[in-house]
Amino acid sequence: MEKHLKVSAIKEGTVLDHIPPDQLFNVIDILGLAHSTNQMTFGTNLDSKLLGKKAIIKIADRFFKDDDINKIALIAPQAKINIIHDFEVVEKKELSIPATIKGIVKCMNPVCITNHQPVETLFTTIKENGELKLLCHYCEKATSEKNIKIISND
Amino acid sequence: MPKHLISIHDFSKEDILDVLRMAADFEKQPSQPIFHDKVIASIFFEPSTRTRLSFETAANRLGARVIGFSDAGNTSVSKGETLKDTIMMVSNYADLIIMRHPLEGSARYASEVSKVPVINAGDGANQHPSQTLLDLYSIQKTQGMLSNLKIDVVGDLKYGRTVHSLLQAMSHFSPTFIFTAPEELKLPDEYKLFLKSKDIPFSETNELIYGFNDADIIYMTRVQRERFTDPIEYERVKNVYSLNLSMLEKTKPNMKILHPLPRVNEIAYDVDNSNHAYYFEQAKNGVYTRMAIIAKLLGEK
Repeated sequence: MEKHLKVSAIKEGTVLDHIPPDQLFNVIDILGLAHSTNQMTFGTNLDSKLLGKKAIIKIADRFFKDDDINKIALIAPQAKINIIHDFEVVEKKELSIPATIKGIVKCMNPVCITNHQPVETLFTTIKENGELKLLCHYCEKATSEKNIKIISND
Repeated sequence: MPKHLISIHDFSKEDILDVLRMAADFEKQPSQPIFHDKVIASIFFEPSTRTRLSFETAANRLGARVIGFSDAGNTSVSKGETLKDTIMMVSNYADLIIMRHPLEGSARYASEVSKVPVINAGDGANQHPSQTLLDLYSIQKTQGMLSNLKIDVVGDLKYGRTVHSLLQAMSHFSPTFIFTAPEELKLPDEYKLFLKSKDIPFSETNELIYGFNDADIIYMTRVQRERFTDPIEYERVKNVYSLNLSMLEKTKPNMKILHPLPRVNEIAYDVDNSNHAYYFEQAKNGVYTRMAIIAKLLGEK
């Protein structure tokens, strides 16, 4: 088997690995990468032992705060975060789902105030029988994992 | 102390008991102009005659002046003003805001924008906490206590917000529930899980009279046509879920029937004169309870 990297290495920065391919563009959206001026490589539909297929993002010279990076746990809970210094992985981070989510996700309740007025959404995250649910701070309704819709960061 | 009343969860057991105590005091002496120097805004973005009149009566009996509107039609809202701007403006004028709005979560949002206390008088199908508090006041008044009562909740248990708030509020007082509903309108699982987590016993039935003879309170709710996909099913349920006097022969002497009103045909008129009927007094209790809520939030007494 060929043993070379499909996506070139970076010297300094962050690698987001094991992103589900269908969530790549949502991750880009949540992290606001479309407007970033850093050098970035995006790869998708790469082979993965863990997921079958995966996507990967490499961002040079950029390091994220835990609070920011944890936002992607909603859509890519298995993603791994590698911090790179001088071409070496110096730290690996796992994601954890934040207790509250501000913005990012749309409330699935069509008559929720956040879907009609300029109000930023706010949720508390709850785990119910292993399933993630977002409880709306405003209308008190739950948005289940499969109904999570990302509000575009553009 | 809570600054607003948006959801029944905002009030602890002590807050609830505090409101009930004050309501009893206002019932003894209903005209107490302690807020003669206050202005209360009553802003109703959708019409609700019953709730609005009850709140405005409460405000007037406390001596406050009332400003507001009963329908968003003739206001700046129809010119496209956002809720935030309306609330900012009104909270400059008034000492307290009572708000009804068709969108869910609107009251919570208003409380975050407002500089003065906000009372939620109904935000869509979400919360209507003053109704819950007046229900508790009525239960306490008729039974002499709130603890260890058997409550039969009948009708639309799926969408009825009064039902959901009632069982959350009653959960502080170790009740036993009987849930009587047609298959289509059964209590959602999330509320059953909530009751289980609090070790509150309950049983479920679709037979109307199943719980009657055992109950201290029968809490009736309206079964609404729009909740049914099948109109024939609605007609069937509507006729089955109609309480009449002959069903009350073996009920407990202390049993009272509550209903948030308006009723359609879920309680027959022959029940109105029975000792068990309490729904009109219940509505009257609303004024005292709302006086207590206003007084609590304005920090008097």
